Amino acid sequence: MRFIEPHAHMVSRTTDDYVALASAGCEAVCEPAFWAGFDRGSVEGFHDYFCQLTEHERKRAAKFGLPHFTWLCLNPKEAEDLRLAAEVLEIIPQFLDRPNVLGIGEIGLNKNSRNELKVLEMHVDLAARHEQLILVHTPHLEDKLKGTKLIIDALKSDRRIRPERVIIDHVEEHTIELALDAGFWAGMTLYPESKCTAARAVDMIECYGAERLWMNSACDWGVSVPLAVPRAALEMRRRGHGKAAVDQLLHGNPVKFLSQSPHFKLAAD
Amino acid sequence: MTRQQVLDFYFVEARSKLIDIAAFLDRAQRAEGADDFRLKAFQTAFRELGSRRPDRARRVLTSLSDRTSAPILAAGEKGACGAWQRATKPGTRRPKSTKKEKA
Repeated sequence: MRFIEPHAHMVSRTTDDYVALASAGCEAVCEPAFWAGFDRGSVEGFHDYFCQLTEHERKRAAKFGLPHFTWLCLNPKEAEDLRLAAEVLEIIPQFLDRPNVLGIGEIGLNKNSRNELKVLEMHVDLAARHEQLILVHTPHLEDKLKGTKLIIDALKSDRRIRPERVIIDHVEEHTIELALDAGFWAGMTLYPESKCTAARAVDMIECYGAERLWMNSACDWGVSVPLAVPRAALEMRRRGHGKAAVDQLLHGNPVKFLSQSPHFKLAAD
Repeated sequence: MTRQQVLDFYFVEARSKLIDIAAFLDRAQRAEGADDFRLKAFQTAFRELGSRRPDRARRVLTSLSDRTSAPILAAGEKGACGAWQRATKPGTRRPKSTKKEKA
């Protein structure tokens, strides 16, 4: 089995996780910029984080034979401070040419506030001006449905944005159609408690098809499972999905979406 | 998969989750103090399970969701608690989420 882990916060994980991913057939890890569990206090803090994502973590992954890619942004959880957000967005372009940067993400909403929406629009504008792919975080639990609608409205209102270059992540049964019907890609996040189990993810594949879908573990500093994606493949196999279908979902689809970035290149055999 | 296969694969797991829910409701009932909106939201969502419609998961999720459309004025806390409270009465507070929501 081979797979791409398209959403993993590896700076929060141990080297054992890199070993486990590589041993299970992972061919690349992709790391969206994320909230640290506390608010960063200055633009300098973000600068250091972007250096970590584009320099240090790439080297750490390489020790295990894994190409490491990243997405850059200010996380929606830190979007209430508009002044800091503007400062952070100002420094992002200096990192966009670095060889492992795929685009702008994970942007989106958290509590669906006015300032979060403003910062989302600022990020969308940044992505459009620099022709970057977009990875969208949708809110948690009771906030997800409303947030997904607001995000899709914001994306559709910017005519520079092509839906096929945007993935709406963390979809569940009540939001997947919203993303797919609007022409976006959709990501299913496999978590032990919130978001989506492997069984539910495979339900959605069977109900909506796998054409513009991927699965990810979104492993980070909290309760999460770095091998959730290959374990979901076992769920597909026991339901009778063939090897080709599993390979398409776990490898073909992420490669198809991510290859829209000129920086996404896998090691040649 | 045939329905028989679905039952063979998933019945025991679903039975376990059903008993967990029953035990949770018992535990909440035994505990002292008032209900809050989460338990009411849970019971409302629970009614969707009795439906014959084939989209119960979507309907349960929607039932527990904020179905308003306007952005809120400002984000207070960062976490989510799993159920939406229509309006906060003066002098009452929304319970803090018990976990830090992330990714």
